[in-house]
Amino acid sequence: MRNVVVEDAAAAVEGIKDGDTVMMGGFGGAGLPLGVVKAVLDRRVRDLTLISNNAGSTEDDLSLWFEARIVRKIVCSYPRSAKQFAEQYRAGTVELELVPQGTLVERIRAGGAGLGGFLSPVGVGTVFADGKEKIVVDGREFILELPLHADFAFVKGHLADTLGNVTYNKTARNHCAVMATAGRTVAVEVDRVVNVGDLDPEAIVTPCIFVDRVFARSSR
Amino acid sequence: MIPLSRDALARMVALHLPQEGFVNLGIGAPTHVADYLPEGSGVILHSENGVLNVGPKPAAGEEDWDLINAGKMPISLRTGGSYFDSSLSFAMMRGGHLDVAVLGAFQVSKAGDLANWTTGDNGSPPGIGGAIDLAVGAKSIWVMMDHTTKDGRSRIVERCGYPLTARGVVTRIFTNLCIIEVTEDGLAVRALLDGLAIEALRDRTEAPLRVMGDSLTITQDGSVA
Repeated sequence: MRNVVVEDAAAAVEGIKDGDTVMMGGFGGAGLPLGVVKAVLDRRVRDLTLISNNAGSTEDDLSLWFEARIVRKIVCSYPRSAKQFAEQYRAGTVELELVPQGTLVERIRAGGAGLGGFLSPVGVGTVFADGKEKIVVDGREFILELPLHADFAFVKGHLADTLGNVTYNKTARNHCAVMATAGRTVAVEVDRVVNVGDLDPEAIVTPCIFVDRVFARSSR
Repeated sequence: MIPLSRDALARMVALHLPQEGFVNLGIGAPTHVADYLPEGSGVILHSENGVLNVGPKPAAGEEDWDLINAGKMPISLRTGGSYFDSSLSFAMMRGGHLDVAVLGAFQVSKAGDLANWTTGDNGSPPGIGGAIDLAVGAKSIWVMMDHTTKDGRSRIVERCGYPLTARGVVTRIFTNLCIIEVTEDGLAVRALLDGLAIEALRDRTEAPLRVMGDSLTITQDGSVA
């Protein structure tokens, strides 16, 4: 039977290389796969393009990636209260693509769903429309927004079975369930791995077809 | 004349929310509106990070960091609450399913243009978050802010000088001095703080104001009558 469980975070990030595009789940700390944050640092990769809602805020989150200068570009909705990112932004050593939060998640959804993009009313008449194609539908102006793809999508789940079916915990679901559809390789850090059959099929949010690797977070 | 306190302003907004409405309170000061919802209002609060029926802040020691609001502060879930992913959450916002969004602002123009995400200061990275999606999608956009900046400049302006969040979306403005409706004929004062003359309000407001025929009086606790 299919079994996607890997030993640890190091195994979950196997194959990541310089210049890769990486989606990181989470809204603040909720849904951020912290084991992955550290395992990617240990791989000593550089020039990553990071797709994430935030850019870290404490000493123990995505701030570590900016401190280590491994991110070349971030596609992000709210990179505020992020000291390490802000320093590099001011120094001009990291590129920021600022995206409205709903547009960010929908571009990820489009990537995972095989769509060529979507038409959004968000940003019409603002700087967020600059350089983008405008399309009028029934007299209303929309912006053509393009899909986002990634080499790796790393998210935090609550429970996963060995097939790779995933549940989430409360508001830690946020971008995770959508990113889990959009990575060429999808790895999920969970609180606990359970046996096939232990999850209520009605409670599974990410079906195993999307998931390549699962590991249980260490209890350190 | 003493401007309304932050708490009284939050209370004034809370008293105006529609019975059993679906409401988003953004981040920052508007989230305090939740503390003043009248008993039995039936208002259901949405938070953009994926929760409906947001409840009060948990007691110290009871926080669950997987259960937070858009401001990344711990919350609780009311009976009948639900969790969902960000895509579905923003479908609620863009799709016109929320009755009211209450947002802070740097500036609102006489046409209802909203500027609330950046002052264009290059010193720190800008953040847009979900404010822009709310501004486009909720049925009514209410702004809650101080009437003037700390140095006394009007936040209600002819044209926004700061980068826009959305054009022509604000329907009502609650300030620490008044309530203003944004109409097709410009800005109309619905209610005025007790002891404040309309001329004194106009002195503090860059955009032209007219007074609605049945205008009301605001008392120091945020009540309107």
